[in-house]
Amino acid sequence: MVKRRHLGLSIVSTFLVFLCACQATVPKDVLKLPPQSLEVRQRETRIFETKDEKKLLSAGAALLQDLGYQLDESEVSLGVIVASRDRDVKSAGEIIGSVIIAALFGVYTPVSRNQKVLASFVTRPLDEKRIAVRVTFQHMVWDTSNKLIKNEIIDDPKIYQEFFEKLSKAVFLEAHGL
Amino acid sequence: MDYKVTAMNRNYTHILFSLFLSFLLLGCATPQKNILETNESQLKLRSIQSRVFDINDKNRLLRTIIATMQDLGFVIDKADETLGSVSGTKRSGYTLRMTVSVRPKGDKQMVVRSNAQYNLITVEDPEIYQEFFSALSKALFLDAQHIE
Repeated sequence: MVKRRHLGLSIVSTFLVFLCACQATVPKDVLKLPPQSLEVRQRETRIFETKDEKKLLSAGAALLQDLGYQLDESEVSLGVIVASRDRDVKSAGEIIGSVIIAALFGVYTPVSRNQKVLASFVTRPLDEKRIAVRVTFQHMVWDTSNKLIKNEIIDDPKIYQEFFEKLSKAVFLEAHGL
Repeated sequence: MDYKVTAMNRNYTHILFSLFLSFLLLGCATPQKNILETNESQLKLRSIQSRVFDINDKNRLLRTIIATMQDLGFVIDKADETLGSVSGTKRSGYTLRMTVSVRPKGDKQMVVRSNAQYNLITVEDPEIYQEFFSALSKALFLDAQHIE
């Protein structure tokens, strides 16, 4: 009986080692177009009826600055602006929760501390009269033990909607969907 | 007693001398060899990471690369038209960094080279790069040709 249990344990641990080894390799689909790519493109893109690409780019840079972003990179000839923003995201609720858990169970649970949001703002002329603007936001969140707990694209459509509303107000142009 | 000590000393001298020699040899051999070394696997990786396109419009090619990377979920980190390079990062639990560069090949073609890093691992899988080039070739309406 005991021997059999040992056998089971060793099989399970072998599998675990195999699993760990698998995780270290690169997943095959990291550069594959995801099925939802069209939907994501629609969420992140608006079309403006103008041929003034520089006007859109400078309005985009000014808007990002208004929203508290620092401009990191820009290449006007390719229609690219890169910006980022660091924030303290400690929330009172989360801290109180952590303190209660620590008091009840004697276990320290780290809470979210820092957030970095990255944004790329890209313009692309579609023809003589229309320019597409695509903006993408990603965020990273670290907890109080300095561990990266979130590392992903921001997919809330409201954020993109609001951004484009502000942009179209700034350039006095209507933003059209794809 | 005295004899034993000298024998041991002699032994140590031998070992020390051979260690010293081997260090000298090591010092001579490795660093210079690595500087300009091109081995077969590096050439193979270059061909996995490169494709030729029938296009000579650098600006259009770079803009299409940027749009393709955005379709794949990247945020663009840097772009430089003069250098002909675009870098971006995809974050989806993991961190995938990729740099794509373009250079002219003759008057009518351009070579696109991309290299990706998944967390701390260099991506060497031909199928993964193939996915990128087929997405780019669809966006350009052009075929991606392997480099000779």
